[in-house]
Amino acid sequence: MPISMKNEAAIAGIGMTKFSKNSGVSELSLACEAIKNCLDDAGLDPKEVDGLVTYTLDSNDEVEVARAVGMGDLTMYAKINYGGGAAVGLIQQAVMAVATGAAKNVVVWRAMNGRSGQRMGQGVSGDIISSDLIHWSWYMAYGMLTPMSWVSMIANKYMKEFGVTSEHLAEVAISQRNYALNNPRAAGFGKPLSMDDYMNAKLFCEPLRLYDCCQETDGGAALLITSTERARDLKQKPAVIRGVTQASTRGQEQMTSFYRDDLSSLPEMELAAKRVYDMAGLGPDDIDAACLYDAFTPEVVMQLESFGFCGRGEAKDFVADGNLRIDGRLPNNTHGGLLSEAYIHGVNNIAEGARLIRGTSTNQPKGVDHVLVSSGVGVPTGALILGKD
Amino acid sequence: MATPTRIKPPLGHDNAWWWEQAAEGKLTIQRCSGCQTLRHPPRPMCGECRSMEWDFIEASGRGTVASFTVLHNPKFPGYDYPLTIVLVDLDEGTRLTAELKDCDHEAVDFGMAVESFIHEDPDGFKIPMFRPAKGDA
Repeated sequence: MPISMKNEAAIAGIGMTKFSKNSGVSELSLACEAIKNCLDDAGLDPKEVDGLVTYTLDSNDEVEVARAVGMGDLTMYAKINYGGGAAVGLIQQAVMAVATGAAKNVVVWRAMNGRSGQRMGQGVSGDIISSDLIHWSWYMAYGMLTPMSWVSMIANKYMKEFGVTSEHLAEVAISQRNYALNNPRAAGFGKPLSMDDYMNAKLFCEPLRLYDCCQETDGGAALLITSTERARDLKQKPAVIRGVTQASTRGQEQMTSFYRDDLSSLPEMELAAKRVYDMAGLGPDDIDAACLYDAFTPEVVMQLESFGFCGRGEAKDFVADGNLRIDGRLPNNTHGGLLSEAYIHGVNNIAEGARLIRGTSTNQPKGVDHVLVSSGVGVPTGALILGKD
Repeated sequence: MATPTRIKPPLGHDNAWWWEQAAEGKLTIQRCSGCQTLRHPPRPMCGECRSMEWDFIEASGRGTVASFTVLHNPKFPGYDYPLTIVLVDLDEGTRLTAELKDCDHEAVDFGMAVESFIHEDPDGFKIPMFRPAKGDA
């Protein structure tokens, strides 16, 4: 009998640093600050942390973080691969640890000088001959060097097949910018985005313009995952983890799953949807708000279909009807998301999911019982459903 | 100052042979020796029958555009912009990502018939590319 992960653990702490374009401090410093803020938020002594999880892309070793923050004994530490595809995978790892007893109090984080240091948007190059580098080389040699270029190949096909236009993508960007206007942490705070601004912005890789692309950010975000029972004794209202999964499907590549018969859907996200709904015993009708991974606007549109909020090819109408806005069917990325708050590789989206359950979002919709959060799109990914205690 | 050139593929056990064939003027497709399944990009094992034995065939070079994108920015040295990249369904049944030449970037379309050729950079590097198929229109 497998050990159940449903309702066993909760997000009990949220910590952020300031988000900027030039932090002026080390990535280790950002990690420590985010984690300290997270533990303060929860009211947990750092010495009680016994598990740590981050991204393979994170430059901070667990033991360096533990030493700096003053943690004690660790019994579980792991790094998850695939860039933003790791995001809710961190939560899955933490829940597995809590449910099995591998660790009691797990901190997950991502800290990056994503603008002043290593910029994800700059894409790939390099000279170590790994299978990963050879994978990228099929695209590098032709000048497909950036995430935008890889995403545009799938987005263009999807848009052509279902008649999605730039106006639909703009609605995703503008709806999230409108949320960011009220969020003091956000890059888009106090900076309205109009349809004209969107249409007149620089064209990158057809169909993607500037505002279809996420921020590049210096900053850190950390979350504390502990048992639901323990979380009740801490300072904040627990965001209970109803379901969580990673997902990669046949023919998966990292960003370039170009060799499957169907190019205009996201099979790995459909697997994530099935798994997370099954685990939670919930369906799309039960989801009140979402933080769908939004490195690029078309990814949000496509995921609405993967997660069953509308039928195949109907996402453009769902978006055009204003359903992602605060009074719509599915308020999405109410903090502004990666597009307009910050690009902390999706951990900031999970944090907003927890805030929505606490009722503390700067754009809190009415009646939020369940929130869906997803990991990176076009890569091995995952999904998470949070609910109230 | 030397003219900037495209980023060259790193050559490892699993891909060097394909680029060597390109340098010989051939577009090739890996073929499983166990079950004859064609595969691209090349990998060391057949995902159908698990054989690690393989050879390759020379592709006809004919295919159609399954998807495409036109890259405008950022502009990297060594590439020509607007840069049209096509995902081609080869007649043999495999797919390949490559640049489309000799075609206005506004004229490229889904389903368009294309044919391959071997492009040679000023530094002598050879790389398979596509152009609109002749006499198809």
